[in-house]
Amino acid sequence: MKILTGNDLASGDVVWWDGKGWSRDVNDAVDVGDAADAILAAEEAALRVNVSYAIAATRDQHGVRPAHIKDRIRALGPTVRLDLTLKPGDTGAANRVI
Amino acid sequence: MGETLLRYREDAVTGAPVLSLEDFLASDPMSNGAAAVRITPGEDARALLPHLGRIALIEVTFPAYTDGRGYSSARILREQGYTGELRASGDVLIDQLSHMCRCGFDAFAPAKPIAAGAAAKAVATWPEVYQKTVDGRSPIWAKRHGL
Amino acid sequence: MYQYDQYDQAMVDARVDEFRGQVLRRLSGELTEDQFKPLRLKNGLYLQLHAYMLRVAIPYGTLNGRQMRLLGDIADKYDRGYGHFTTRQNIQYNWIKLDDTPDILAELATVEMHAIQTSGNCIRNISSDHMAGAAADELVDPRPYAELLRQWSTFHPEFDYLPRKFKIAVIASDTDRAAMRLHDIGIQIVKNDAGEIGAKFHVGGGMGRTPMIGPMIREFVPALQMVSYAEACLRVYNRYGRRDNKYKARIKILVHEIGADEYRRQVEEEFAHILTLGLEPPQAEFDRIAAFFADPGLESGVLDKVDRSDPDFALWLDQNTAPHKQPGYAVVVISLKPTGGIPGDATADQIRLMAELSTAYSLDELRVTHTQNIVLPHVKKADLYTVWQKLDAAGLGSANLDLISDIIACPGLDYCSLANARSIPLAQKISQRFADMDRQRDLGELKLKISGCINACGHHHAGHIGILGVDKRGIENFQLSFGGSEAADTSLADITGPGFSEDGVVDALEKATNVYLAQRAEGERFLDTYRRIGMAPFKEAIYG
Repeated sequence: MKILTGNDLASGDVVWWDGKGWSRDVNDAVDVGDAADAILAAEEAALRVNVSYAIAATRDQHGVRPAHIKDRIRALGPTVRLDLTLKPGDTGAANRVI
Repeated sequence: MGETLLRYREDAVTGAPVLSLEDFLASDPMSNGAAAVRITPGEDARALLPHLGRIALIEVTFPAYTDGRGYSSARILREQGYTGELRASGDVLIDQLSHMCRCGFDAFAPAKPIAAGAAAKAVATWPEVYQKTVDGRSPIWAKRHGL
Repeated sequence: MYQYDQYDQAMVDARVDEFRGQVLRRLSGELTEDQFKPLRLKNGLYLQLHAYMLRVAIPYGTLNGRQMRLLGDIADKYDRGYGHFTTRQNIQYNWIKLDDTPDILAELATVEMHAIQTSGNCIRNISSDHMAGAAADELVDPRPYAELLRQWSTFHPEFDYLPRKFKIAVIASDTDRAAMRLHDIGIQIVKNDAGEIGAKFHVGGGMGRTPMIGPMIREFVPALQMVSYAEACLRVYNRYGRRDNKYKARIKILVHEIGADEYRRQVEEEFAHILTLGLEPPQAEFDRIAAFFADPGLESGVLDKVDRSDPDFALWLDQNTAPHKQPGYAVVVISLKPTGGIPGDATADQIRLMAELSTAYSLDELRVTHTQNIVLPHVKKADLYTVWQKLDAAGLGSANLDLISDIIACPGLDYCSLANARSIPLAQKISQRFADMDRQRDLGELKLKISGCINACGHHHAGHIGILGVDKRGIENFQLSFGGSEAADTSLADITGPGFSEDGVVDALEKATNVYLAQRAEGERFLDTYRRIGMAPFKEAIYG
């Protein structure tokens, strides 16, 4: 699948396109098919996202998994500070990123 | 809206055609009237030094504002006594005006117009300056010691 | 240490106002990200993997207790309760909000701090010896010279859009604690045969993709011409440094391509011209600055003895303190490298504790080292035990300075958008593998440095052991190298061979240290043995 990501302009938070808006949780990301450029252009112009781009991803039993390690770490948070991730209780999260 | 030529000088704009450095250096030094010349970032401003007396306008181009060679060109020309118009043209943005003035520019031809009021405010960004340059401002170290 | 007058304060305040306006223009959409990026970088604001990152300048690594306290408070108020001390002697925060940054800068300005020129293609924060003003071996305190250059380089109008970033270090002792020759300009304050003080200039050193040791460009620049000479060095670079390729734009490439002799000739020509312009601040200005550093309040007749009866304390004392020029005092280095910890990270509480200790026991001064530790420069020997107890209780008592677990590591792929591999988990694994302190002490001085990409923020080229993380078809891979040094015997490390997985590189490291233990001669460090016996025996052990 092809998904969209970027950062919130004001907070800098990592965000994912969920079909209607921008979510903090990668598992909300939806496949945008061929619509990536059109969505990103509109969202950037409206200042609803910053430094946005489209990436390849897959969906497995744990959720949406970006193809590149850099985006998997963006989705999770620092692998060395699991206390700062979206789901701090998930101790296996760092291993799945690699 | 905005201006495409901001000038901080009293004299009138020269009507002379703006020549490339190559054409200027090839032109007749005895021809009448003051000349105007344009230099690009990679060209040596020092090539103009023997001719400063007959130049009314030197345009220093900034194809990209992140290319800072024009700042050195400007200072070198002023340090050697050039008093004609020194114009920065091209990708000249409001955030660079103050530094450009400090390096001796006194006119700006921004590709994207800049409002005169905003430009005046930007030029006055720094109430004090640490370095002595060519703009005549007294640096902080001089003020500290009454120099 | 240096204190702002109304002029310095006005500059910082004006910068806060200017940046507040730039942030508003970005938030309103008046500035695009492409336009805003160079502007925010000049104020140390990056957009990293997870959020904006703000790098705050700590000029020549020196700060006072009040400043350190505020750094801790900012970590709590605007970030997530911690900060990261960097190899440029600065601190950076990882979770900053763009709309908070003007307020953060305004708070920093209240304690004479800022984020000016902590990134971007301009003259960066000037680094120096973290033991300046305390070291027994220094000629003079290098910081007044660094401060003079700080003022000269701040908002320098001609050099704000250089081909690439520009880093200057100033030291004043033959013992190089600042990697001086690995800077764009490395200055050593020296005395000439006539007994006059001046500056020896090395130009064109650096790490990154193409590491180079800076050649000496001028043996002696009179102290009162140092600013003019630096101006000449920069002007030649600004005019002729390459701008066609970002990876060839540092001054080291210019000096290398035209040769040190030709670069020197051009600088001398420019210098002769610049001297006629009267750009140099006068002696009175230097004296004004130097007076701030002259006497931090050291007492004489202080008890010059330490009670070593607590064995754990004695180990820390031997490892983490250094001689002070004043009898009765010592220089304390606080390790930010606990076993399994994140190198250079400190919590807000730890930062405030170090602030308190500096005020109570170190004449209100601290230093940040380029090895990502913190120094209390002026501690009375009689107070060392108390200081150690308080540090130890806060998790800051690691007695591992310059040992294998005192690792430099860049933030790597856990935080940095440029990184190719994670540096921190590797540093954690190494410090855990070598957790036995007796074993570490047996291995002796061993400077291990890890970078997560070729930009070399983790100084891997200059490590006795260096590790570089690369991306091998989407998998993290680590190249090992030996033989680098950033001390006075500066050298660049040699790559061992094919790279390793994260666990593989830890195993290889262990094998290499075993070679050292088996082959070392009396008094030899790992680096010395490597230099004597060469790569072959290590390679055989690692790959054989």
